[in-house]
Amino acid sequence: MSYEPVSISPLLGRLSLDSLPLHEPIIVATFAAVAIGGIGLLAFVTRLGLWGTLWRDWFTSVDHKKIGIMYMVLGLVMFLRGFADAIMMRIQQAIAFNGSEGYLNAHHYDQIFTAHGVIMIFFVAMPFVTGLMNYIVPLQIGARDVSFPFLNNFSFWMTTAGAVLVMMSLFVGEFAQTGWLAYPPLSGIAYSPATGVDYYIWALQIAGVGTTLSGINLVATILKMRAPGMGLMKMPVFTWTSLCTNVLIVASFPVLTAVLTLLSLDRYVGTNFFTNDFGGSPMMYVNLIWIWGHPEVYILILPLFGVFSEVTSTFSGKRLFGYTSMVYATIVITILSYLVWLHHFFTMGSGASVNSFFGITTMVISIPTGAKLFNWLFTMYRGRVRFELPMMWTVAFMLTFVVGGMTGVLLAVPPADFVLHNSLFLIAHFHNVIIGGVLFGLFAAINYWWPKAFGYKLDVFWGKVSFWCWVVGFWLAFMPLYVLGLMGVTRRMRVFDDPSLQIWFVIAGIGAAVIAIGIAAMLIQFAVSIRKRDQLRDTTGDPWGGRTLEWSTSSPPPDYNFAFPPVIHQLDAWYDMKTRGAQRPVEGFRPIHMPRNTGTGVILSALATVMGFALIWYIWWLAALSFAGLIAVAIGHTFNYERDFHIPAEEVATTEAARTRALAAEA
Amino acid sequence: MSATILKGSVDADEPVSFYDLDEHEHPEGHSTMLGFWIYLMSDCLIFAILFACYAVLGGNLAAGPGPKDLFDLPLVALNTAMLLFSSITYGFAMLMMQRGRMVHTQFWLGVTGLFGAAFLAIELYEFQHLIHLGAVPQRSAFLSAFFTLVGTHGLHVTFGLVWLVTLMIQIGRTGLIQANRRRLMCLSLFWHFLDVIWIGVFTFVYLMGMLR
Amino acid sequence: MLHAHLRVRPRTLRLLPLAALPLLAGCNLVVLDPAGDVAKQQGDLVVISTILMLIIILPVMALTVFFAWRYRAANQEARYEPEWDHSTKLELVIWAAPLLIIICLGAITWVGTHLLDPYRPLARTAPDRPVGATVKPLDIQVVALDWKWLFIYPEQGLATVNELALPVDRPVRFRISASSVMNSFYVPALAGQIYAMPGMETKLHAVINRSGEYDGFSANYSGAGFSGMRFKVKALDDAGFAAWAESVRNGNASLDRAAYLTLEKPSENEPPRHFASVEGGLFDAVVNMCVEPGKMCMRDMMAVDARGGMGLAGIHNTRQLAYDKFSARGTAPTSSLGFVSATCLPQPGDGTGSALPQAVDLRPLTGAGLPLPDRRAAAPWPTNPHFAASAAAPFATGNP
Repeated sequence: MSYEPVSISPLLGRLSLDSLPLHEPIIVATFAAVAIGGIGLLAFVTRLGLWGTLWRDWFTSVDHKKIGIMYMVLGLVMFLRGFADAIMMRIQQAIAFNGSEGYLNAHHYDQIFTAHGVIMIFFVAMPFVTGLMNYIVPLQIGARDVSFPFLNNFSFWMTTAGAVLVMMSLFVGEFAQTGWLAYPPLSGIAYSPATGVDYYIWALQIAGVGTTLSGINLVATILKMRAPGMGLMKMPVFTWTSLCTNVLIVASFPVLTAVLTLLSLDRYVGTNFFTNDFGGSPMMYVNLIWIWGHPEVYILILPLFGVFSEVTSTFSGKRLFGYTSMVYATIVITILSYLVWLHHFFTMGSGASVNSFFGITTMVISIPTGAKLFNWLFTMYRGRVRFELPMMWTVAFMLTFVVGGMTGVLLAVPPADFVLHNSLFLIAHFHNVIIGGVLFGLFAAINYWWPKAFGYKLDVFWGKVSFWCWVVGFWLAFMPLYVLGLMGVTRRMRVFDDPSLQIWFVIAGIGAAVIAIGIAAMLIQFAVSIRKRDQLRDTTGDPWGGRTLEWSTSSPPPDYNFAFPPVIHQLDAWYDMKTRGAQRPVEGFRPIHMPRNTGTGVILSALATVMGFALIWYIWWLAALSFAGLIAVAIGHTFNYERDFHIPAEEVATTEAARTRALAAEA
Repeated sequence: MSATILKGSVDADEPVSFYDLDEHEHPEGHSTMLGFWIYLMSDCLIFAILFACYAVLGGNLAAGPGPKDLFDLPLVALNTAMLLFSSITYGFAMLMMQRGRMVHTQFWLGVTGLFGAAFLAIELYEFQHLIHLGAVPQRSAFLSAFFTLVGTHGLHVTFGLVWLVTLMIQIGRTGLIQANRRRLMCLSLFWHFLDVIWIGVFTFVYLMGMLR
Repeated sequence: MLHAHLRVRPRTLRLLPLAALPLLAGCNLVVLDPAGDVAKQQGDLVVISTILMLIIILPVMALTVFFAWRYRAANQEARYEPEWDHSTKLELVIWAAPLLIIICLGAITWVGTHLLDPYRPLARTAPDRPVGATVKPLDIQVVALDWKWLFIYPEQGLATVNELALPVDRPVRFRISASSVMNSFYVPALAGQIYAMPGMETKLHAVINRSGEYDGFSANYSGAGFSGMRFKVKALDDAGFAAWAESVRNGNASLDRAAYLTLEKPSENEPPRHFASVEGGLFDAVVNMCVEPGKMCMRDMMAVDARGGMGLAGIHNTRQLAYDKFSARGTAPTSSLGFVSATCLPQPGDGTGSALPQAVDLRPLTGAGLPLPDRRAAAPWPTNPHFAASAAAPFATGNP
């Protein structure tokens, strides 16, 4: 870390050869590996001649299904990065005892834990969740696409642009060393003068644009695009939780945008919102960021609650118990999530009455959450539970999540929080709910809907290997952290002097290694399934005995999803259609009106990336230029009125005839 | 629609239709107004945060100047009038649009743009005056919050003007087609929204600032 | 075949904590078994709340396993009711049961939060020992510096760095602040933590009941030297404490403002240090962020602000930092104005009413380091750090 003020050149801003972390062997090695891997991948794609396909059918696609899959791929790639950070932290904490400094210096280690948090929340969990909603929601409501297909593509690329900026920070300059929420004054220019916090700000701002727009898009989609007959109380639970999640996104991400804007004004212009001097108030930042931050937690978990509802009901072969109370529980959680933010900083000294108010509102959230859990329980009750992979993840979730929920309520008791705040107990708690809830839910969802997206099931053997490694690894990795928290060990420590702690960190490290095997098994599962796809093929489109509309169409669904919009008479529409013998229409097809692909989203996002990079490095001319470019391209895009086309009736007929033959062959 | 949509409990004996065989396409952009409205609400939230910051920090003058030393109410009143007039003239433009009179629509849009530009010019003059005095955003948390709140509104108006000009060009090229009408509706929402925000700024920042 | 796995799983889960038990016996769960009465009550609350929640958590976990097992697809004996999806009675139970638990927990929370409010003076030093009305708590002023802790004992007139000595069984009142960024003052054996924030003062009332040596540290990440921000807490009996204070006072280092400004500069892994004497009012100056000579105290600034500020004349009442604590963290020059200069002010409430210096032109006196307004008009205020980089250099050297 250099202590001399950096000179700023008009041409390159703060950027110079010194900005490359060439003195950090770990980063250089990582860069070499990424570069070789990247070049290999590019060469591979070039050799197969896939660039044209990628560009035409994927990058520029406005099809919600393809965008959903691209979100999932983005999440997976970033997950590997975030997990690498986790492993590095675990190793450091397992060896930095007895006077050893470990293998990471403070500058590097502090970036790693910040990056781990930022990446896992913004660029892993969010893309996964958004991707899932993107793929499933239109299918579940019997729609052909989302309300604003171009916006959807643009949102995805903006999220990607943010991820690209975070990845860049690894090799050019540095990432923030502030913790994932970048509290000022530490994140202010006075105490974090280098580029780290600027990377943080612009990565989040650019990705945040994508997230907000995607939230608006999905709310409008769910409210406006439902198939005839699907009243709000006939929507599948996953759609309901998606609606609530997107309402939360729309009502909370602007807060993040505003707060980060104020922080960047402090850093770039020298205003005094969160500074120590001139009347600024760092406490306001903490309040505002958590007004976004707490709803964010529910943004992540609510859709997965929906997934668990769908999975439990499908694999229990039974209606979901208490649909209505499930819906109201979701709505109550949505509203209450705005009334609890202060529980993240009871220790700021707000006074007993304020603290108890927020403590109690937090506990109240556990009531609807508990009700949901009971609903899943009673869905299994008197069912015929098939333990396929999605259901295994669901049961693992139920057993894991209750523990995380319990420790969460515990932390909501202010006096208990005073002794556990910022401790490893807290770390264990939120990994308990995020891994046990969000990730397990995603794995359930991936195993559940993979056949829908690709037309073949995932390999069961490797799925089980992954499952057991994850579940066992999770408990091994995080139980010790609960214990360490009770031993008074705080988070974000780089070295320790009490040797009695080491054994727990070693156990946690072993747990992380087991999780790593679980991740590897999952990647193998994907690879094996792709290779064995002919054996695993599902031609029915409904491999699990599904209940909701996405299972009524083929796997993978045609571009237009449904040749004719389904008409809904009751909840579990597809189950209803099956039991009452609905006949799939095989003639009378009409041309179908669809949106046209466009490359504008990619271009805008590339310009946004350049602008972010220029702003981070104070390359003002480039920032101005790319901003002007952004505006020009956006305006240019509005001059294009021809954004849609019709799939000819003959083409629809051909596609549907193929499905008719496949279904007949199956029968 | 040939499909019968049943309400309430389903009678199993009654023949029901499960596919809408005579689909009426969703008219293009039928979700646009809803989507734009949701966007405006999220934008409103950004302003809410800026207002909240001003409420919290507005008293932190850092031993510098306060609202009474800096604000020039008659000027701001004139400014407010500009924006209010621009909202009215936008309304005229929308009336003309509904009657399908393109030239009149364009005329009123132009007037709206001029009022908007006048608003911006007065605001810039005010900012320039403050900066000349040395009351820069860096001087105190109050000034930071003031410049950011009012400046963000000003940026929105600037963006609105760019949009307005773009739209006038597009109307000039393609006429009052459905897509352009929809865009005019959106801009109308946006423009009136900025007006409402400004009423808040005027009351909360300027009027109450002078009273405090 | 599939459900066979499920049979193993819950057992594995339950065995995991069991396997850890021997390990647990060997470790010191200080949060649950602390040496201070406040921490003890907080630890007890952790246990009580956990037990209360286990009342519902354990049955849920058991039911999950039981239902999963009982209603597995292979078990054709179990009842199967695919259309059953509602039961008002069950719904009532599943909403009411958590509600009842939360009502209990909420009541405990309300009472516990008020009783254990760190701002509340202690009512007892141990379960059966109330604090007498005449007992005066020991005052200790705590400042979180980059990256070490400063403890000032006004009663004893001494100060230490990274060493906290406490008399056993005497209530202690901590006044806590920070010099630069947010930290959290935490001694798990003593009491729960509270943030240490620059320009603000938080309080903590606590007592230690067992003599011995304990650990204290910052529980809120504060930058590169955070891991080394640890200190030992020595809990001593009265005689031991007096002897310790005496030994500190026998040293020769003294902590005045200048020494504080040197101490405040970032340093890592500081060994304990003692100061035999402390300049009066130092802690108040720290809280008011006016240790630097010539800087206006927050208290005064707030008093001025409450009366509507210093008018246009106050605009230029700022100075660049002569003592540049920021540059130690590698701060590039920004367009920051430095700080607000002190002026001679009537103290609030001294009867002079609104006789504040209104339109006094302070520029020649305190405008050092800033361009005069006429020059500023020619060169507008820098709005970007790039500009500031070139413009700030003459500022820092100061002009007459």
